[in-house]
Amino acid sequence: MMSIPMEHGLILAGVLFAFGLAGVLMRRNVIFILMFIEVMLNAAGLAFVVAGSKWNQADGQVMFIFILTMAAAEVSVGLALVLKFYHKFRTLDADAASRMRG
Amino acid sequence: MLELLWLIPCLPFAGFIVLAVAGKRIEPRAVAFVGVGSVAASAVISVIVAVDFMTAPPPGYAYTQTIWQWLDVAGFSPGVTFYLDALSTVMMLVVTIVGFLIHLYSSEFMEEDEGYSRFFAYMNLFVGSMLVLLLARNLLLFYLGWEGVGLCSYLLIGFWYKDPNNGYAARKAFVVTRVGDAAMAVGLFLLYNGLGTLQIQELMQRAHQSWSSGSLLPVAAAALLLGGAVGKSAQLPLQTWLPDAMAGPTPVSALIHAATMVTAGVYIIARTHVLFELAPPVLAAVAVIGALTLLLSGFSAITQKDIKRVLAYSTISQIGYMFLALGVGAWSAAIFHFMTHAFFKALLFLGAGVIIHGLHHEHDMFKMGGLRKQLPVTFWTFLIGSASLSAIPLVTAGFFSKDQIIWLAWSSGRGGTWLWAAGVAGALLTSIYTFRMVFITFFGEAHAQVSKRPGLRMIIPLVVLAFLSVTGGYIQLPAIMGNITVFSGFLHTALPPVRPLSGERMEWILEIIAVVISLGGVLVAWLFFLRTRGLATRLAETSPGMLLHRFWFSGWAFDWVYDLLFVRPFVWLARINRDDFMDLAYAGLAWYNRSLNRILSLTQNGRVRFYAMGIALGAIITVAIAVLR
Amino acid sequence: MILLLLIIIPLVGGFFAWLYGRRSEAAPRWISLVSLLIEQALVIVLWFRHPASGIGPGAWFADLQWSWIPRLGISFHLAMDGLSLLMVGLTAFLGIMSVAISWTEIRERVGFFHLNLLFIIAGINGVFLAVDLFLFYFFWELMLVPMYFLISIWGHENRTYAAIKFFIFTQLSGLLMLLSILGIYFVHASNTGVYTFDYFSLLGTSMAPAVSFWLMMGFFIAFAVKLPAVPFHTWLPDAHTEAPTAGSVVLAGLLLKTGAYGLIRFLVPLFPEAARSLVPAAFVLGVIGILYGAVLAFAQRDLKRMVAYTSISHMGFVLLGVFAWNELALQGAVMQMLCHGVSTGALFMLVGALQERIHTRDMNVMGGMWERVPRMGAVVLFFALASLGLPGLGNFVAEFLVLLGSYKVSVVATSFAVAGLVFATVYSLWIVQRAFHGKKRKEWAISDLSLREMALMFFMIISLLWLALLFWRSLR
Repeated sequence: MMSIPMEHGLILAGVLFAFGLAGVLMRRNVIFILMFIEVMLNAAGLAFVVAGSKWNQADGQVMFIFILTMAAAEVSVGLALVLKFYHKFRTLDADAASRMRG
Repeated sequence: MLELLWLIPCLPFAGFIVLAVAGKRIEPRAVAFVGVGSVAASAVISVIVAVDFMTAPPPGYAYTQTIWQWLDVAGFSPGVTFYLDALSTVMMLVVTIVGFLIHLYSSEFMEEDEGYSRFFAYMNLFVGSMLVLLLARNLLLFYLGWEGVGLCSYLLIGFWYKDPNNGYAARKAFVVTRVGDAAMAVGLFLLYNGLGTLQIQELMQRAHQSWSSGSLLPVAAAALLLGGAVGKSAQLPLQTWLPDAMAGPTPVSALIHAATMVTAGVYIIARTHVLFELAPPVLAAVAVIGALTLLLSGFSAITQKDIKRVLAYSTISQIGYMFLALGVGAWSAAIFHFMTHAFFKALLFLGAGVIIHGLHHEHDMFKMGGLRKQLPVTFWTFLIGSASLSAIPLVTAGFFSKDQIIWLAWSSGRGGTWLWAAGVAGALLTSIYTFRMVFITFFGEAHAQVSKRPGLRMIIPLVVLAFLSVTGGYIQLPAIMGNITVFSGFLHTALPPVRPLSGERMEWILEIIAVVISLGGVLVAWLFFLRTRGLATRLAETSPGMLLHRFWFSGWAFDWVYDLLFVRPFVWLARINRDDFMDLAYAGLAWYNRSLNRILSLTQNGRVRFYAMGIALGAIITVAIAVLR
Repeated sequence: MILLLLIIIPLVGGFFAWLYGRRSEAAPRWISLVSLLIEQALVIVLWFRHPASGIGPGAWFADLQWSWIPRLGISFHLAMDGLSLLMVGLTAFLGIMSVAISWTEIRERVGFFHLNLLFIIAGINGVFLAVDLFLFYFFWELMLVPMYFLISIWGHENRTYAAIKFFIFTQLSGLLMLLSILGIYFVHASNTGVYTFDYFSLLGTSMAPAVSFWLMMGFFIAFAVKLPAVPFHTWLPDAHTEAPTAGSVVLAGLLLKTGAYGLIRFLVPLFPEAARSLVPAAFVLGVIGILYGAVLAFAQRDLKRMVAYTSISHMGFVLLGVFAWNELALQGAVMQMLCHGVSTGALFMLVGALQERIHTRDMNVMGGMWERVPRMGAVVLFFALASLGLPGLGNFVAEFLVLLGSYKVSVVATSFAVAGLVFATVYSLWIVQRAFHGKKRKEWAISDLSLREMALMFFMIISLLWLALLFWRSLR
């Protein structure tokens, strides 16, 4: 079986992470920010998996499962917040919520 | 009876306290009773004490009375201690008796003033302080009296406080004399640190023992004391305050600015004469200051319009004579002139007061004129005073005292031709300005109608002082005219006599010159100001005359120079630095912190994405540092 | 025990004043007054019990030591000598005055006001009595916080600024002192192995000159800020001007004295050599303070600010006196502390009374008020004369003694300081002229000093005269 070199996997993970980060920083829409956070989480998960396959250990995949569950929880909480957010500000622009006071 | 000494200064103080506390609540008659009565009682007691002192002199010709221990610090233990010797006896008598007469006069003069009780409170405080000054045994207590009289001078010059000009004159007087006092304070520090005591007699003894004549310390100490003396006695270069001090009520001018306080400088120099003898350059300076002052202020007196300012310049000039006498070592002559001057100058001021009182506070002599008929008693007493001031020979006290000074300025070992010449020139000026004043005020046509005639309480002091101005001189006659030396004989226990170096023939010649000069001055005044009235005015209208007139009128422009040199820079400095430039440093620090705060608070903008970027950037930098190191 | 009482009484009094302040307005005033009167009575008892105690430091006659945190060598150690007795007496006296002068001025949160006032007084008493350096620092800080509240709650227009400025200056300099206290603590421990903050043990600690110098500087800056010495003085005019009258009286009369007291009690005995090397600098600072404060005072338009600046000028004499290093000047400095406390305290009270009537402190609108308020004018004149150093009043005696002593050290500095007396004349007379003499700028319809105020002024005048004329006699 032709193994993919670890470097390629890590580079892909890095690129994905950078892509996600750029998205978080650049998009103003809260939904998109959440989506890009997903991308970043998956990039991190990918890095775990690659590293796990490199050392032939299951730890990486275990970590990925963790991340997956955590991401699911995060999305559910996040979307709930987005709903509240939209309810309050009538927009999905994250910059609209720049004040500490309710 | 000497034990009564303490009462003499205490009675006026008691009067002051009563008037200060209750003055508003008691009747004017009661105010006058307390105010005049306390000084009268004090005068009576001082006569008793003085008689006792003369008939049964205490051992050493000095009586000491300690009231209580004032300070006691590390060996420095001045007490509230009075010291009575011949010198302080004479001064005390003059101060209390003249003081009493002036108080009596004021009780009528100030009658309609709303500040009647305040006036007498201040006057009593003054007499008390002056007596403390005279009777103090140590220089610290002396300084207390010295500043006390300065304070009363300030309070009384500014007595009519509603006019800011009076306040200005009062403050000027206090501040200018305080400059001298500051020098004197340093002098006290020097004396204490050099000799270990401030008790005058002991100080003189120790100075005599441990300091050599003309060495640095006695010269410095004497110079510093002289600084205080010229301030208080209105001599060059601190004379500028006295003419302005005429803003006060006229009895104040008579008491403080003619008879008593301004001669305190003469007193302290006579009191510390041992020290001044150890400092020949300073003693010479005293003579020169006296000579210059008597000339400069004599010229100024000739040009004044305000009758009180004439008298003020005349006072400066006469104190110049006293300084001249001190400077040539004729101590008792200085005190003699002090005494006669107290009589006739108080008389002149009180006479001027009658006129001012009668003419609705008119000070300008040129608006008076012809008062001879309207105020006969005032005229005759004023004439006697003027004669005494101009040293009209044989019949006046001023003649004997002033000519003694002029004679000793020539013949004393420390005297000289120039000092004598200055004295004689001053005598000429004195007669001119005095009789100019008499002729303009009392002769010629009347310009004003007198509305108020003096009552008995104002007349009696005038008559008594006129009597003293004539007879006061006969207790001390020159060697060539009877050689009576009651006064100097009494004083010699406190002040060493001076031995003239020239003989009797010289004395005759000089005496005649002096007589001619003083009578000549009267003649000049008569020519210029009575016979041909326009003459002086025409002279003053030529351009050099005008310049000179303005120059003299302003008192040789000293005020202008001091204003330019001291007052303006001080005020300017104060004004530009009102907000304290040092606070700028702290304000700068605060500003710097606040701007940092502003910059940092910009980062707290509440935008999630901005924070995320911050986190990312921080992470990247951390990783970069970790990797690249 | 009596020493502890001196601190406890105001604390308890303040607490009760606050407690009863909710129910009535008058109760806190009476409670504070009574507790301070008891305090004053205690001081008088002590004064008569130890009549020959003298006024200088060093003759201890009362002592109280409880252990507090023995592991660190901290004890609750109070002691009293002639110097502390005088200072505590001044504290009680001015405390009574400031309670009485606030009688009508303070109408809001009366209870809390008196709590603060009495806590300050407790703190100041603690400062004057503590002989454990840690305890001293504790009290030093204790008096700041209520003072901060006093200014920032009951002050005038610009009070927040002034309160914060005051707090930062004193707090920062206090921290420097804490560093120095810890420094000397550790130096002493490394020398002897004994960890203690006790003053008497720390006396004579030997250390390297450089160490000694820097430790001393920590103390010096703390005390110089409090004193205040130029250039650390700029908190003072703001704090004094903005504080309520009682606050100004306490600030000028007492708080400044803690700085001077610190110099005499701690700085000089703990670091004699290093302090000696500071003499020239201290003289220069003292003389600059005297002259600079006087010039600034003359320039002011705000009457209260003017009085505040005169404090700087007067406290310059204290600096001279302490560092002249001889008995005369030191006693003069102590005398100056007492007399300045009384005379400036009285001036602040008068300015407060005036402000209560005309609602301004601007001298440009005053003038010619003597006619309306002759009693007030006369009393202001009296204290203005005291402040210009008129012989016969306390300040003169103090300044004379200081200068007599400082002459031994430096003729030049003394001469300049004497020039300060001339400047003092200028500004003091200016106060009277601007406010009371001259033309009326406005028809003031104001009342003269009331009976209560006259009574207070009477005590102030009597005490100043007593200090000047009879004080030394009462020592024997």
